[in-house]
Amino acid sequence: MTLQSEPQMGRSLWHDAWLVLRRNRAAMVSLMLLVLLTAAVLIVPLVSTHTVDETDWAFMSVSPGFSHGHWFGTDGLGRDLLVRTFYGGRISLLVGVVATLVSLIIGITYGAVSGYVGGRVDQFMMRAVDILYALPFMFLVILLMVFFGRNIFLIFIAIGAINWLDMARIVRGQTLSLKHREFIEAARAGGVTMPKIIWRHVVPNLMGVVVVYVTLTIPQVILVESFLSFLGLGVQEPMTSWGALVNEGAQEMESAPWLLVFPAAFLTLTLFCFNFLGDGLRDALDPRDRNAP
Amino acid sequence: MLKFFVHRLLSAIPTLFILIGLAFCLIRVAPGGPFDGEKQLPPEIEANLRAAYHLDEPLYQQFGRYMLNLAQGDFGPSFQYRDFTVTELIGSGFPVSLQLGALAMILAVFFGVLAGSVAALRQNSATDYSVMATAMIGISVPNFVMAPLLILFFAVTLRWLPAGGLEGWRNLILPVVCLALPQIAYIARLTRGSMIEVLRSPFIRTARAQGLSMRRILFLHLLKPSLLPVISYLGPATAAVITGSVVIEQIFGLPGLGRFFVQGALNRDYTLVMGVVVFYGTLIIAFNFIVDVIYAWLDPRVRL
Repeated sequence: MTLQSEPQMGRSLWHDAWLVLRRNRAAMVSLMLLVLLTAAVLIVPLVSTHTVDETDWAFMSVSPGFSHGHWFGTDGLGRDLLVRTFYGGRISLLVGVVATLVSLIIGITYGAVSGYVGGRVDQFMMRAVDILYALPFMFLVILLMVFFGRNIFLIFIAIGAINWLDMARIVRGQTLSLKHREFIEAARAGGVTMPKIIWRHVVPNLMGVVVVYVTLTIPQVILVESFLSFLGLGVQEPMTSWGALVNEGAQEMESAPWLLVFPAAFLTLTLFCFNFLGDGLRDALDPRDRNAP
Repeated sequence: MLKFFVHRLLSAIPTLFILIGLAFCLIRVAPGGPFDGEKQLPPEIEANLRAAYHLDEPLYQQFGRYMLNLAQGDFGPSFQYRDFTVTELIGSGFPVSLQLGALAMILAVFFGVLAGSVAALRQNSATDYSVMATAMIGISVPNFVMAPLLILFFAVTLRWLPAGGLEGWRNLILPVVCLALPQIAYIARLTRGSMIEVLRSPFIRTARAQGLSMRRILFLHLLKPSLLPVISYLGPATAAVITGSVVIEQIFGLPGLGRFFVQGALNRDYTLVMGVVVFYGTLIIAFNFIVDVIYAWLDPRVRL
């Protein structure tokens, strides 16, 4: 008889979280929908026979249907709404992810440094966050867009640069509670430099909070971008996004309601899914509720 | 209390300076000057114009002048609406926006607290779940999506309400509802969360053990501590309502400040855009300050 010793599986934070999350039906459905949606916005514009800005002279402003090959119908310029919706989704999701990453990098660095260094530096850095927090950022973003033209990189930076404040606060709080733990002390005693401690030992332990926060930030960013595009201050033709499409649809909603309904439905569905997933992840990863049923 | 007041005031003032400073810098570094037209102006005329608008002075002097004028409520002339000053434009648009925003806030607080309390008192019941699911819809559907959909339904299809313009109170119903919905949802979630927490605390158990009726407990003991988070949310809520009113006024064609702002932004009317940002920014900062002070007055723990 051989003694087969199975390696003991550790119950990691992620494993635990996954178990909790898997039981949350709304969150799981949202996760699946988001995966499908991401795949669709990547693939549909590639395989479709229409392109984003090509005019089909034979079918201008036709309602949705299968017979003429425009499943979602076309707009007043004869452009296929199906392709435009998925292409717009590509831009909206791209802005959501990239701008969130920008805010993540700024927020984590700022928060971790502030919390880890502590003392006067911490006080000063957090005071600055408090002051910035009270600024009406939407208006500043609009100012930026007005003054420096409406290009997509500016959107990434502008939205990312306004969203890092929450992240910085959360990360700082977590860092404060981490920095007196034994493994950090051990690293310090071993002569590891401060930047290395922060990046190798502090930040990886923040990932739980960060993941929750990211899922809740992405929909916010998508919303801000849509808001700007809706006002005509976001992405510009020939590029498009869900916000821009909703704007175009709203202007012709009496004669062609499908132009409003399809982009609005996809935008709303995406926001829904991210919010449900974020709520679910918070339940799963929030250590305060670890022992909850 | 006085110490808290002064402390808080001392952090509100730099915020205001940073806001105005940022806006001022942006306007100065922006590409394209106010006198860039299709025709190149003769250099003497341009120099005269620059002198008339004090653009030839060093930056710090211009900033000082701008601050001084602002303190007197003078936002300068509008570049686009030649016959009006920005102050006059703000004066004509703000009353409409104020009416819209105030109504939306009242609606949001009332229905938000009501829905949240009902959900909390019947935790995990069907009522609770449906209130929270509806709240999720309120949070996830952006108001610039909600607004056209409501217009399509109530104005175009049913013809119950006007779709735009401002002739009477009926014109305000749809915009106010659109503006209030997301805030109702947030406030309902907040109220539910905090009320559930308060319901678990010992003093409520004591009150129950003493045989007080649920109604008495609700109004005498439960409501005040449960509403504290809602009060601190009023600051961000105002900011959100103001931002939202920009797009709502645009959609419903209301002659408010937000509409001027969007038109100004699209027309590159620098002074108007600046004026609105500074005006609304000041309003938001002031409101945040007031909310913080009220919060500290209600909850002595934060004064420490």
